[in-house]
Amino acid sequence: MEASTALVVNAIIAGLLLGGFYAAVSVGISISFGMLDVVNIAHPAFIILGSYVAYIVNATFGFDPIVVAVVLSPLFFVLGMALYRIYYLCFEKRGQESLRGLAFFFGILFITEVILVLVFGVDYRMVNTVYGDVTWRAGEIDFPMRLVVPFLVSITMVVGVQLFLTHTFFGRAVLAVAQDQLALRLMGVNPVRVKELAFALSIATAGVAGAFLIIIQPVQPAIGREYIGLVFAVCVLGGMGSIWGTLIGAMVLGTAESFTSTFFGPSWAPAVSFGLLLATLAFRPSGLLGR
Amino acid sequence: MSNRVFAVVAFAVAIAFAAASQLIPNEYYFTAAYIVLQFVILATAWNILGGYTGYVNFGSAAFFAIGAYSTVVLYNAYKAPLPVMIVAGTLVAGLAGLGLGYLTLRLRGVFFAIASLALAVVLYTFVVNWDYVGGARGAYVLQPRETPFGLRRYIHLLYIAMVLMAAVSLIVARVIEKSTIGRGLAAIRDDELAAECSGVPTLRLKIFSTMVSCALMGMAGTTFPFYLSFIEPSSAFSLSYAVNSIAMPLIGGMMSWIGPLIGAVLLGTVQQLVQVTISSAWNLLIVGVLLVLFVTLAPNGIMGWVEAWRRRRRR
Repeated sequence: MEASTALVVNAIIAGLLLGGFYAAVSVGISISFGMLDVVNIAHPAFIILGSYVAYIVNATFGFDPIVVAVVLSPLFFVLGMALYRIYYLCFEKRGQESLRGLAFFFGILFITEVILVLVFGVDYRMVNTVYGDVTWRAGEIDFPMRLVVPFLVSITMVVGVQLFLTHTFFGRAVLAVAQDQLALRLMGVNPVRVKELAFALSIATAGVAGAFLIIIQPVQPAIGREYIGLVFAVCVLGGMGSIWGTLIGAMVLGTAESFTSTFFGPSWAPAVSFGLLLATLAFRPSGLLGR
Repeated sequence: MSNRVFAVVAFAVAIAFAAASQLIPNEYYFTAAYIVLQFVILATAWNILGGYTGYVNFGSAAFFAIGAYSTVVLYNAYKAPLPVMIVAGTLVAGLAGLGLGYLTLRLRGVFFAIASLALAVVLYTFVVNWDYVGGARGAYVLQPRETPFGLRRYIHLLYIAMVLMAAVSLIVARVIEKSTIGRGLAAIRDDELAAECSGVPTLRLKIFSTMVSCALMGMAGTTFPFYLSFIEPSSAFSLSYAVNSIAMPLIGGMMSWIGPLIGAVLLGTVQQLVQVTISSAWNLLIVGVLLVLFVTLAPNGIMGWVEAWRRRRRR
């Protein structure tokens, strides 16, 4: 029994560490989809883009991917602002977001993937970090630094976003947009401007999460698709627009995936998030912490 | 034009088309035209739900693959004849659509869109792990040695089957469009709440159109294993099916049955040309860029231009 207990504990630890990363990946979707009602299915494209940016800088200058991502996150912020501008002018303003807006983001996702394939090919890329091969052991339990470092930074980022939303004027404006846009307009705040900045924030978190991704595993352009279901699963499971919910949902999903790959084989893991998403939509669409 | 007349005309055109192409000596034509016709079916099918009802289905590849893999199962188990496989694949995909619709169409439209994407990945994982249909390695589905009706090669039979199936899906799409069901769907697309209040049975209509749409997508996939003689999950579940079946109606125009047809023939032909002359990665890029350009700049597609031009001339 000794060995199997260690196996279970290891699966839980790996799941929670992975869950922290999933929270970082999904926090942007919780903002854009959960609060702003912008169904950005191109979110994973920006994660992969973040991975490749981290990869390029790491390969040429040898800087740590996380440092690179944080320093370059303003670029993603600007990209997000531009994207929301287009989305607002072409779809939201005309009331066409439900069908054509979705198709638009889907097109963006697809174009990004194909361009990355054309530029970098379909080879897996990875980064070199000082902690990449280090594993800290406590008895039978492993703490691979490859997972621990992204986990710690992820949690910091997610908690930071939550504190930012609840403790600053701008953050509260974002929460207000989620509740009642008209009321916000009556208070003299321009909801479009607030949404633009909040959307840009969500894209910036995606870019940073991309750096975590390439530390955790090698990246190639097509793996972005696997994250579409994952980010929405976490967002819906946690409850729309709740950052704490996102954190809990991500932990649940990470653990479920880790158990699945430990006991049924890693080839089943992708189905977990999607299965969980379908189940949540069918049985509890408001999510764990949903109102 | 009444539905019956349209059906007769559509079949007549299809048969004439199939017969005339027997005169084409170039075998490559059939290989390329098969793919274009496959896109005609997928785009028409997608438009029944997407264009008429306003619900986005990102899972075209999933339903296409359901059709393809039901053929693989029937081939492995019974070596069933082709028509049986086509009907079976259509039914199975329709049932899957019914299930997905029943689970998610009660919620906001976005959730259906996300769930359809999710379904594609769940089914992909399932097929990868299912050894009976070849798993991740793929499975061989050999074309029968003798070809019926005195045709030169088996691909000609598949091509003719595809022409007929395309005619069937266009007829189905047009019948739905012109019927009271179609008007109900249009009401849902324009304002679901108002439709519900006016007594339109929205949930039932949505589930119905999802089922028909998914069944036709499955039908498009049933002959695919024979076309390639080999099938593996990543080609059957390729994201390009999802992108194409959304891009084609959007580019052609989503309001009537003719839009997806125009979009599929145009975009499908361009893709075949680009694939031969440049590369397949570039052809996917072209589809993506055209999708984004049309959806932002010309939201009503080519048929939208035609309508605008007609209106201007009438004045």
